[in-house]
Amino acid sequence: MYTRDVPVEVRLPTLLRPHAGGAASVTAEGATVGDVFADLAARYPGLSDQLVDESGSIHKFVNVYRNDDDVRYLDQLDTKVTDGDVISILPAVAGG
Amino acid sequence: MGFVSPPLRLTEGQYRTIVAHCYDGLPDEACGLLTGPAVDDEPLGPVTEARPCRNEDKSARTYRIDSRDFMSTLRAAEARGEAIVGGWHSHTHTDAYPSPTDVAQAEAYPAWFYVLVSLRDGAPVMRAYRIRGGTVAECRVVLDR
Repeated sequence: MYTRDVPVEVRLPTLLRPHAGGAASVTAEGATVGDVFADLAARYPGLSDQLVDESGSIHKFVNVYRNDDDVRYLDQLDTKVTDGDVISILPAVAGG
Repeated sequence: MGFVSPPLRLTEGQYRTIVAHCYDGLPDEACGLLTGPAVDDEPLGPVTEARPCRNEDKSARTYRIDSRDFMSTLRAAEARGEAIVGGWHSHTHTDAYPSPTDVAQAEAYPAWFYVLVSLRDGAPVMRAYRIRGGTVAECRVVLDR
């Protein structure tokens, strides 16, 4: 199926902003969340390790939402994005 | 160096909600979030809601707040002009003190109150902390009627 890259807003948590020049929100393009992350990684290489782990999955301690829905309950990094979507990245609340 | 923290103010109802949720979660750890007014993420005043969340880890040793519960709590707080100001979780067999993992993970939300409930002994023990830059400082818990 044909999909096209669209610009989406990506909101970054305080912890990750230093990896993106201090920005709270950046615009990136892609047809899926994974594409958007690849676009971000090309511009902000330090961000990549924070979002995706060595196996190519979303990092264990990060929650990624398309609008208000966690993409792990959609199609993970293959979750499609449309123009105007907001991708929110929030650190997981976790511990022992 | 420590830091000065205001007390954590809970109602008795919120206290009961937290402790009951911790017992309901046994044998696993239980967890939840606190909302309230905040300025620049800094909690400012009493807690307005203690919201039980699911533990995604379903574990007696670790917890991870269900991501959907986290988002719904965040949106509910924002609708009231508030923020998430803290979280709680239980330690089923250890002290009400942050574990090394708790301290490391707290880096993500340095302004929060972190509430620990120990169920190790006969009666529950609740203690609250601020955790910043690897430093743990206990703060008082004040119960309002």
